[in-house]
Amino acid sequence: MPVIEVTHLKKRYGDLVAVDDVSFTVEAGEIFGVLGPNGAGKTTTVECVAGLRVPDGGGVSVLGLDPRRDAAQLRQRVGVQLQESQLPDRLRVAEALELYASFYRNPADPAALIDKLGLGEKRNTPYKNLSGGQKQRLSIALALVGNPEIAILDELTTGLDPQARRDTWGLIEQVRDSGVTIVLVTHFMEEAERLCDRVAVIDRGRVVALDSPAGLVSTVAPEQRIRFRPSAPIDDRLLTDLPEVTDVHRTGSQVVVTGTGEVLHAVTSVLARHQIVAADLRLEQSTLDDAFVELTGRRPAN
Amino acid sequence: MHGFRQILRIEARLYLRDRPTLLSTIGVPTLILTVLGLIPALREPDPKFDGQTFVSYFAPSLLVVSLVVVGVNTLPAVLATYRERGVLRRLATTPAHPAALLAAQLVLALAGILASALLLIVVARLAFGVPLPRHPLGFTVAFVLGTAALLALGLLVAAVARTTKAAQALAAPLFMVTMFFGGAYLPRFLLPDFVARIGDYTPPGVQALLDAWTGTSPQPLHLAIMAVIAVAAGASAAKLFRWE
Repeated sequence: MPVIEVTHLKKRYGDLVAVDDVSFTVEAGEIFGVLGPNGAGKTTTVECVAGLRVPDGGGVSVLGLDPRRDAAQLRQRVGVQLQESQLPDRLRVAEALELYASFYRNPADPAALIDKLGLGEKRNTPYKNLSGGQKQRLSIALALVGNPEIAILDELTTGLDPQARRDTWGLIEQVRDSGVTIVLVTHFMEEAERLCDRVAVIDRGRVVALDSPAGLVSTVAPEQRIRFRPSAPIDDRLLTDLPEVTDVHRTGSQVVVTGTGEVLHAVTSVLARHQIVAADLRLEQSTLDDAFVELTGRRPAN
Repeated sequence: MHGFRQILRIEARLYLRDRPTLLSTIGVPTLILTVLGLIPALREPDPKFDGQTFVSYFAPSLLVVSLVVVGVNTLPAVLATYRERGVLRRLATTPAHPAALLAAQLVLALAGILASALLLIVVARLAFGVPLPRHPLGFTVAFVLGTAALLALGLLVAAVARTTKAAQALAAPLFMVTMFFGGAYLPRFLLPDFVARIGDYTPPGVQALLDAWTGTSPQPLHLAIMAVIAVAAGASAAKLFRWE
């Protein structure tokens, strides 16, 4: 059952078209990724879903409700973590969570949430003395303190160090396991690959692809590359004759075989038949990065 | 307004937690009064001031300091910071309305102004023999309208300034103009007469405060101008205010 339906969404700021034509649905209980280069319209799209902006065209339905007309109801049921949203310097962690909990009809227990997010030792620390990762975790906690059915998280791990990023990912998986549907806006491929059940790739205000991360990779860039150093000279034709192989070339003493499907099995079988050992064998599969570049013609950040 | 009570409680706590700002906004006018009051010559009645002491004559200008510091300096800076840092925006995603935060800040600004004014009036009375306002009703009306005009101007600055820096840049000239015409920089008897007369009409209306303090009822025109400024600035602020 879809909990979010976006159909032909349009939003412009003056002459700038931020969102041109975006449609997707989000199913209950999934982690749905909104992926795209900077300025692609990701944030505007989720802001329309969150009811913070009025679309110029198209429809948005969240939990069967209209984000503008039924704003009061949806604010009780949807938690939002915005990009670059801070808190007053002197506000303490526990105070912030207790304050935000008090806005909701059925809030989570702030103390339990603080512990769950690993902020237990920081409960009396003022906001300004928190590290970047701690601020981010507090921000996630604020989005979850109302016990939402949907959590919208925008640029969750931007500016975090790799360890803090991995911790945050673990946290998001826990949240999903507790039954919350999550919409995750990101430009980190690794994050989308690790967390998302499905991903919409948005570029220049349009959805250019919508699939599972693995599905995206296989439709866009189905090729695999095998690199190895043969223990004895090898005739290229042995490899190019294989139906799975599309290309063979050499770099120094290395052979690089490109192919699709069961190419690894085919290549290793041929080598075994000719009693050639493949030293330093590596299989390189296309990643979401490659798919992203192919879809948008741009390199993702990092 | 959903969330107002809780937000007010937390904001009051944050306000009290910031001791240096608290002391400077509430204590400075009284501190200046005390320094001046310790000079014996300024406690002598002087025909230049209709037989009042300089301290009595200058007390309304110190009241102007209280009002201007909170209304023009602190309030817009706090609101612009909250907007710039996304505090208002985050609140807009919850069942609480960001207007609740704005209202809480107004209440705190009022509380700060009242505390500052009361401290000034009480210390002036007890330590330096400045009589309590002799026309209490007129004084209250002049004080309320002057405060409303300044807070409305402060809100207008907060409304049009996109960033904290812009708010400070806009507030600084307003601060200096209201302080200057309110006689806080130079006592008004040293100002040319027409400059002092302009000061009758700049918020918070120092002449109306002085009149009511010394026993004359404030002139209706002075009060009316303050009311007009309060309504005009307040309405523009409401129209122009951006939550993000």
